[in-house]
Amino acid sequence: MNRRDGDGGSRRNHDTVQDHDASQTSPVIAAFKVFQQELDTKHDKYERLVKISRDVTIESKRTIFLLHRVTSVPDAEDILNEADVKLDGVRQKIGLIAEELRGEDIHQFHRAFTPGIQEYVEAVSFQHYIRHHSLISLEEINARLVFMRTETHEHKGSCEAPPLSAQVLTFQVTPSDYLLGVADLTGELMRMCISSVGNGDIDTPFRLSQFLRQIHDGFSYIGNTGPYEVSKKLHTLRQSLGKVEDACYTLRVRGSEIPKHMLADVFSSRTTLIDPDEGVV
Amino acid sequence: MSVTEMFSYIQGFLSADQDVREEIRKVVQVLEQTAREILTVLQSVHQPSGFKEIPSKCTKARELFCTVRTQVADLKTKFPVEQYYRFHEHWRFVLQRLAFLAAFVVYLESETLVTREEAAQILGIEVVREKGFHLDVEDYLAGVLIMASELSRLAVNSVTAGDYSRPLRISNFINELDSGFRLLNLKNDPLRKRYDGLKYDVKKIEEVVYDLSIRGLAKEMDTVGDK
Repeated sequence: MNRRDGDGGSRRNHDTVQDHDASQTSPVIAAFKVFQQELDTKHDKYERLVKISRDVTIESKRTIFLLHRVTSVPDAEDILNEADVKLDGVRQKIGLIAEELRGEDIHQFHRAFTPGIQEYVEAVSFQHYIRHHSLISLEEINARLVFMRTETHEHKGSCEAPPLSAQVLTFQVTPSDYLLGVADLTGELMRMCISSVGNGDIDTPFRLSQFLRQIHDGFSYIGNTGPYEVSKKLHTLRQSLGKVEDACYTLRVRGSEIPKHMLADVFSSRTTLIDPDEGVV
Repeated sequence: MSVTEMFSYIQGFLSADQDVREEIRKVVQVLEQTAREILTVLQSVHQPSGFKEIPSKCTKARELFCTVRTQVADLKTKFPVEQYYRFHEHWRFVLQRLAFLAAFVVYLESETLVTREEAAQILGIEVVREKGFHLDVEDYLAGVLIMASELSRLAVNSVTAGDYSRPLRISNFINELDSGFRLLNLKNDPLRKRYDGLKYDVKKIEEVVYDLSIRGLAKEMDTVGDK
């Protein structure tokens, strides 16, 4: 121990001496100063991207929560419009990511923003499903992630060329991010199915189970050729599908026991019981 | 677009991706083989007889680097150049080994640290990303760190072979590297982990220098080595 301490001490001395005379002369030190700068720039960019990605995640999650209220209110259109506004905000943030990535290799920083993008895919596809009852395609998502950026310094210099200085920035969601986002979507659809059963909506669960089955088939088709995370999510997807199918089964069985008009009565009375509660929350 | 169509589109993308990875893996395997050959050539400097043969070993290694350059050129054709980082993981390891080998050869020849430009040139690749297949700064630094542990081994073996002045020169060199690395703000990543091992190499070499100096074996060299 003693010797080690002595060693460390002498080394530090030696180094400070060397630092002193090396800082001006040594090409090694000069080279490492360049590396320091390069690494710092890269790390800073990475951190900024992580930060934006977090914001994107939070806002997308909030949008999803908002969209879940669709089952319990009479006018879904209001909520969908509100979600549109929120998603626009999210897209602005993704625009910031696109700006950070300008001239960079998107894959170099992919890990920094992939959680946010997946969450965004989940939110935007959920909204799309509620509105159109279909799966949003990758192209449709990417088509909305086009941003216009006007460059200020060019603007000042020449006023006759604003169309030139307006730059188009695009952000491309990778197919695997899309896939993982869609896998998350199934969880939301399951929740929506259960809550719509609670609200006495008899059609939605059946429509949802059909849609979920299609997605499930799609994922089975991809199987393990996809990225590693996909196979993990496939398990959760199976569970969600099971729950939805069980709910449909129950509805069908109970529906055959109770005459149609009475079933509607049972559900509508339940809705009136639930509604005031929801209003408070 | 129906759900089925969408998924078959994605599936098409994924299998194309896998094909590319398969191609890359094949080339990288060949590259790894060459890297091992170079390493075998350079390993012989640790033999007592190898110290006299350092220049000839270096020439031989340099020849093998020609093979590396053609293989790297082959690798470049396997994927679109702007997707370098998408497949980076596949060649990261071998590129670090090659950077180490290049740095080792240059050190043995001139006892200086290989610059990133030189290393890239030896491997037949670019330095900056914009120009194409390049040597990432972290991979270069990782290669330099591998060399540091190789040099600590070399210091021990050169004493065994009766070369008492080499450890002192290595010690100076490694200390300079250490102060260089201390300038960097490393994140908690693989490079940082490897850098954490550098202090043990430094310590090892210092012990060798200590052993030499208390026995007076490094005396006449001391004045020369410390400038």
